[in-house]
Amino acid sequence: MADTYDLIVLGSGPGGYVAAIRAAQLGMKTAIVERERLGGICLNWGCIPTKALLRSSEIFHYLTHASAYGLSAEKPSFDIKAVVARSRKVADQLNGGVKGLMKKHKIDVHEGVGTLTGKGKLSVSKDGKTTELSAKNIIVATGARARELPFAKADGKRIWTYRHALVPEAVPEKLLVIGSGAIGIEFASFYSDLGAKVTVVEMLERILPVEDAEVSAFMEKALTKQGMAIHTKTGVQKLETTAKGVKAEIKFGDGKVETQEFSHVIVAVGIVPNVEDIGLEKLGVKQLANTHIETDGYGRTNVEGIWALGDVTAGPWLAHKAMHEAVICIEKMAGAKDVHAMSTANIPGCTYSRPQVASVGLTEAKAKEAGYKVKVGKFPALGNGKAIALGETEGFVKTVFDEATGELLGAHMVGAEVTELIQGYVVARELETTEAELMATTFAHPTLSEMMHESVLAAYDRPLHI
Amino acid sequence: MPIDITMPALSPTMETGTLAKWLVKEGDKVSPGDVIAEIETDKATMEVESIDEGVVAKIVVAAGTEDVPVGQLIAVLAEEGEEVAAPKAAKAAPKEAPKPEVKEAPKPAKAEKPEPAPKPEPAKAEAPAPAPAAAPAADTDDRVKASPLARRIAEAKGIALGDVQGSGPGGRVVKADLDGGKTAPPAATAPKAAAPAMFETEIPHEAVKLSNMRKVIARRLTEAKQTIPHIYLTVDIQLDALLKLRGELNAALEPRGVKLSVNDLLIKALAAALIEVPECNVSISGEQLFKYSRADISVAVSIPGGLITPIITGADSKSLSAIATEMKELAGRAKEGKLQPHEYQGGTASLSNMGMYGITQFDAVINPPQGMIMAIGAGEKRPFIVNDALAIATVMSATGSFDHRAIDGADGARLMQAFKRLVENPLGMIA
Repeated sequence: MADTYDLIVLGSGPGGYVAAIRAAQLGMKTAIVERERLGGICLNWGCIPTKALLRSSEIFHYLTHASAYGLSAEKPSFDIKAVVARSRKVADQLNGGVKGLMKKHKIDVHEGVGTLTGKGKLSVSKDGKTTELSAKNIIVATGARARELPFAKADGKRIWTYRHALVPEAVPEKLLVIGSGAIGIEFASFYSDLGAKVTVVEMLERILPVEDAEVSAFMEKALTKQGMAIHTKTGVQKLETTAKGVKAEIKFGDGKVETQEFSHVIVAVGIVPNVEDIGLEKLGVKQLANTHIETDGYGRTNVEGIWALGDVTAGPWLAHKAMHEAVICIEKMAGAKDVHAMSTANIPGCTYSRPQVASVGLTEAKAKEAGYKVKVGKFPALGNGKAIALGETEGFVKTVFDEATGELLGAHMVGAEVTELIQGYVVARELETTEAELMATTFAHPTLSEMMHESVLAAYDRPLHI
Repeated sequence: MPIDITMPALSPTMETGTLAKWLVKEGDKVSPGDVIAEIETDKATMEVESIDEGVVAKIVVAAGTEDVPVGQLIAVLAEEGEEVAAPKAAKAAPKEAPKPEVKEAPKPAKAEKPEPAPKPEPAKAEAPAPAPAAAPAADTDDRVKASPLARRIAEAKGIALGDVQGSGPGGRVVKADLDGGKTAPPAATAPKAAAPAMFETEIPHEAVKLSNMRKVIARRLTEAKQTIPHIYLTVDIQLDALLKLRGELNAALEPRGVKLSVNDLLIKALAAALIEVPECNVSISGEQLFKYSRADISVAVSIPGGLITPIITGADSKSLSAIATEMKELAGRAKEGKLQPHEYQGGTASLSNMGMYGITQFDAVINPPQGMIMAIGAGEKRPFIVNDALAIATVMSATGSFDHRAIDGADGARLMQAFKRLVENPLGMIA
């Protein structure tokens, strides 16, 4: 006999497990189905373990620059295996944490591959055994995986995806990173800080293409200064694995084609949703042109009782978007009043490279495109006392306001800890403050956050420290 | 330095007003306290006084201009001998409008210091103020929950935040509510949209522009009848005991110059009944029910060109003589069109008496957001069964209209029963 639930969540990434918890909180009998590890990519193979790695490379960077702080560290070195082991331990700890959360909320965890077999029906197979489950509602939260290049499959030896790059056996000598989104830039930063000679190629005009143009330009300069080679409007046409490494045929922006040799390649050219073999076609679940599942603002698909959220749906493909969406989806499902449809306008984006990048809202260009007359403020880290004291004077904070209403349209930051700072602006945007409230807010001194204040003041031509 | 005089906000809900009349002309000298203009708002005509001394340099908005937004420049005052260049273009600047330069009429009886426009009452659950306003708990922009950005946009677009249904947490008005963006319905000004259809006619007629009061009456009655499911409960009440008591009380009160009307006694009876049956002393506000612990009775007073409902606040705890004195004074000022907004906005229930016209019975329309209204017919001698025998008694019919969303029929019936009992045994309400 099939186990019957109010809700089955297929996939236990940040979208899936948060949905399950919220559902349990609202009294739904809930099950979650996972084919690998609870927590999904985010905390097993994504957000969290990369942050662990980057922490190691960051500390190593400080060690090698200890003299700048009046300290000495003799011949700092590292053991990449230990660095990776720490990262895995962090992932394991969080994986265990999700397990505990499922238990706490009395959510049944079904290990195995889940497939929709009919309306409200899902079968889970593991090791040749199949369990039939049924539920009033099913959420598809199967996530996404790395997009691969059509001409070169990642082999895990020389050609890596993020997954391989997380567990290196050695630091590549000469690394090519294809794609300069957050994932590409984070790995480039990690390996560069550990001594790899890194080249980044980006098809588009600038690196971190979703960020503000000034952020991209600043980062290109900063990373180049660190020793990276950065090529924009540049594509890789061919990868050939050799005994010693990989030969890459690179077409540069000026049309020149050149073959360069690297020890390793990381492919970070985006994601594809995990939509195959889960029975979507059978139920007639509508997909978008890029195969992501089409949903409304509450995670509803075109098929009643089938919901979807997270990376398997439209972007931005970020863990915090999935978690936010999960709560909206469950509350709507439970019939809660005043549930607001998902809006992506206020989802921050963070890149944990050195220096860090964080942003929310519209870039200056996008704001102008949207017809706003903008007021722009910019404040450099060099003008901030705390940044100077920390020895972190690389970076700036840029704010974009609508001249007519004082709405904070966007905020763009580069520098130390900006991924932690951005939330101030996210809250400001969520509460719809104008420049007036931001100006009237006291920012603790000395903190990096004072840059955020100064940037707002600068937008209205009244910065105090510049 | 020239002093700008702007359209004052004479009531918490006032967005625009009609500049009914200028009492000064350009070149006139004015002193503090001089009445310079009359402004017609929703329900009343108010006087604007000057608090500055000077010469009227320029009248910017002509008399008779309708829908002048609050904050708009209406005149410029200059110091004597001061040259005033072309006055600044009329601009809407409600927030910056210097308030103290106007004072509401009527003047307080004694020479008190000039007060600014009346302070809006805080929107307490016990006593929501908005009688002629649209939404409960939302009668001035300052007290509407709104994001700073929404306030800016509303100000720029000239939207009254109080009219907007907020979609943010706790009904907070956010940008999307004002943009008509896809995440929220556009600014809801539903009741205002209910203007009667226009038509042409061949029948000889005179077309008279609706006064502001008439427009408000039209809007509010439409709103009440369209949104409130009314139920009507009628009782016949013997008045003889009450008439007798009234006679005795009036004889006793004569030296004090107080004369109680039947209506004053009925106000008291209704207030006492509402306290006895609190289920009927309520208002529906969105997802909430406000249960009042005080009975503020709005009393319908017919005035030239319409109707107004001055309020006897806390009528349940006031003495009959206090009610009579207050009612007389309020009705007098109502007829002159000089009530202050707080005197007719609010109330927890209404009383409408058409007995003086010989109407035996009628069904009144609820005055939102109140939960009930009592309609009083004429007290008349009728054949009546008293102690199983046919007798003549003075009897009146009273009909309560109840908001059936908030008040169950049985509770309404209990109120009517209590009201009947109190009127028939009037000592019960004075003790």
